[in-house]
Amino acid sequence: MNFMVQTLGTAGATMVVGLIGVMALVAVNALFLIWMERKVSAHMQLRPGPMEVGWHGAIQTIADAIKLMGKELITPEEVDRPIFWLAPIVIFLPVLLSFLVIPFSASWIIRDMNVGIVLILAFSTLAVLSILMAGWSSNNKYAVLGAIRSVAQNVAYEIPLLITVMSIILMVGSFKLTDIVAAQERLWFVLLQPVAFILYIICATAETNRAPFDIPEAESELVAGFHTEYSGMRFALFFLAEYTNMFICSAIAAVLFLGGWHGPILPGVVWFLIKVYFVIFLMMWFRWTFPRTRFDQLITFAWKILIPLAFANLLITALVLKLR
Amino acid sequence: MFERGLEEKTFWLNLGPQHPSTHGVLRVLLEMDGEYIVTAEPVIGYGHRGHEHMAENRNYQQFLPNMGRVDYLHALAFNQGYCMAVEKLMGIKVPERAEYIRVITAEMNRLTSHFLWVGAYLMDLGAFTPFLYCFDDREHLLDLLDRITGSRLTYCFYRFGGVPVDLDEEFIAGTRAFIKRLRSRWPDYDNLVTKNIIFIKRTKDVGVITKEQCVQYGLTGPMVRGSGIAYDIRKSEPYSAYPEFDFEIPIGDNGDVYDRYIVRIREMEQSLRIMEQALNKLPEGPIMAEKVPKRLKPAAGEVYQAVETARGEFGCYIVSQGDIKPYRIKLRVPSFANLSILPEASVDNLVADVVAILGSIDVVVPEVDR
Repeated sequence: MNFMVQTLGTAGATMVVGLIGVMALVAVNALFLIWMERKVSAHMQLRPGPMEVGWHGAIQTIADAIKLMGKELITPEEVDRPIFWLAPIVIFLPVLLSFLVIPFSASWIIRDMNVGIVLILAFSTLAVLSILMAGWSSNNKYAVLGAIRSVAQNVAYEIPLLITVMSIILMVGSFKLTDIVAAQERLWFVLLQPVAFILYIICATAETNRAPFDIPEAESELVAGFHTEYSGMRFALFFLAEYTNMFICSAIAAVLFLGGWHGPILPGVVWFLIKVYFVIFLMMWFRWTFPRTRFDQLITFAWKILIPLAFANLLITALVLKLR
Repeated sequence: MFERGLEEKTFWLNLGPQHPSTHGVLRVLLEMDGEYIVTAEPVIGYGHRGHEHMAENRNYQQFLPNMGRVDYLHALAFNQGYCMAVEKLMGIKVPERAEYIRVITAEMNRLTSHFLWVGAYLMDLGAFTPFLYCFDDREHLLDLLDRITGSRLTYCFYRFGGVPVDLDEEFIAGTRAFIKRLRSRWPDYDNLVTKNIIFIKRTKDVGVITKEQCVQYGLTGPMVRGSGIAYDIRKSEPYSAYPEFDFEIPIGDNGDVYDRYIVRIREMEQSLRIMEQALNKLPEGPIMAEKVPKRLKPAAGEVYQAVETARGEFGCYIVSQGDIKPYRIKLRVPSFANLSILPEASVDNLVADVVAILGSIDVVVPEVDR
C-alpha cells in the first residue's frame, strides 16, 4: 500500500484499490442479483425457486458460472471475427467505469468528479454501441433485428432520461453526485419531483433492456436478439453487464431521488445499498408481471408521451426555481 | 404498406422450425420489409406421422391409442370423436352414465388445453408469470384425470360402448373442490392479464378476422366465435349428453386477438358449468354397453362424426368395407384449417404481431401434420 502511495500518489492509489474493489463488487453483485431475480420471480410464480445448492440455493449462481466458464466458445463460421470478439468486452468496460463516480457513502467514492452524472450517462450510452456491434457482427437476421431495435429504443429513451436528470441538476446546481446527495439531507427529491422519479424509472427500465421493454432480446420474437450467436463466457459477459447496468441505474436513482446514503441509525453504505436493491426489486417486479410492449408502441410512448412530459417537468422546475 | 418496386428491399426470415413461439416444429417463412411482414407462409409437415395411413393397417381397437397422439392437448375429445364414429357405424348404444363421464372428462381436458393455451400465449407476449399460474391450476386437473384415466397427457380412456373405469367419490369431491377454487381464481387472472394496459394494447385490433374470412377459410372453434359467429358443435349438432346441459357459447364482436382470448377465458367458465351440472345430475347405471363384440367387424358403409375440441371442429370420417380394418379414415382437424388464415391475417403487421396472431390461432402442430 505504501509503495503504491509513493509511486502513484494518493489519488492514484485510491483509483487502483477502488477498481479492484469494484471488480469484486461487480462479481458479487451479479451473483447476488441473479439469485435474487430467480427468487423474486419464483415467489411471484408460486414456486420456491432454486433450493438445492447452498442455503435456499444461494450458491446456485456460482455453479452456473462455473458451468458457463467450462463451455466451449462457439464462433460461427460467417461472423465478423474482431467485432464479434470485441463486443462482449465493449459492453462491459463502460459499465465497470461508471462505478468510478458512484458515491456509496460520504467517503466511499473512488473519484469525486465534478462531472459525475454526465460521465455515467455518457458511459451508459456506449452500451448501445456494443449491442450494435454484437448484432451486426453475428451475421444473423435475428441478431441484426435485435440490434436495430436496441439502437432505436436507446435513442428514444436517452432523451427523456437526460431531461429528467436535468431537472434535478437544475435544483442542485452541480453535476457532482456528492453535491446532489448532500442537497437531499432533509428532503429526498422523490417527494419534490415525483413525476421525474416515475419518468426516470421507466427510462431506466428501457435503458437496461428489461421487461416490459426488453424488445432487443424479445425471446418469443427474436429468439435471443442481439446475443443469439453468443455462447459460454461471452454470453455470460452480456448477462453480467445487464445486471451491473441495472445496479448502476438503480444507484443513480438512489442518488438523484432517494437521498443516497442519508438515513437514520445504519451507516451510509448500508442505507445506500438498501435503496439500490429496493429500486432493483421494483424493476424485477415489473419484469415478472408485465407482458412485453410492442416495438412501435414503445417508440411512440417515448417520443409522444415521455419526452413532452419530461420537458414539461423541466420547465415547471425551472419556473418554480426562478420565482422562488 | 410495402409496394414492390424495381429493387427488391425485402428479406426472408425463417420463424422456426426451432423457435420459441412456434410451439412445436412449425416453420413460418416470413418475407419482411424491416419489421413489417410482406408475406407469411406456414411450412408444415415436420411432424407428419401418417396417422390416417396407420388406420388402414390396423383394426379398430388398435387405432384407438393413435387418437390421443393427434392432438395431445385435447386428447379426450379426439378419443370421443373416434369412438362415437365407430359406435355410429356399429350401432352401439352408449349408456347414459358413460356419456356423462365422457362429458365431464372431456370438459376437464378442454380446461387443461385452454389453460396451456393461456399460459403459452401470454408467454408469447412476453409475460412469464401467468404461465406458472395456469400450470398450477392445470396441475390439479391433471391429477384428477390421472386418477381415473391413468395418464396425464396422451389419454386413451374411452372404449367403444362406454368407458372402462367408473368415477369414484374422491374424483367427484376433488372436481367439486376444483370448480370452487378456479372460480375464486378468475379475479387474479383478470387483474394480472385481462386488465393489463400493455396486454390490451398488444392484442386489441391486431389480427382482425372478419366473419366472411372465417367462412371462406373454414375456421372453427374459438377462431370463429371470436369473430362473432356462434358456431359450436356442442350446440349446433348436439352429441353425447350435451343437450341436457345449460351452457352458453361466448362470442366476441371484433374478431381480433383480444376477442379470441376473451372467448377462451369465458369458455372455461362454461366448461365449469357443464362439469358442475353433469356431476349434479350424474345418473346411476352401467358404464359399458352390453354385448360389444371383441372383434369389431362393422358392415360396409361410411360415417362422419364431428365433435367440438378446444380448437374447433374435429371430424372423423370412416369408410368401412365390412373388414376388421377400416378402409379409410379421414381426420378433419381444426388446427389445419385454422392455420390457413395466418398468411392473410399477418400481412402488414409487425413480427411481434405475427407471434401474437399465431399464438391466438392455438395451433397444435402434430395435429396439423397428423
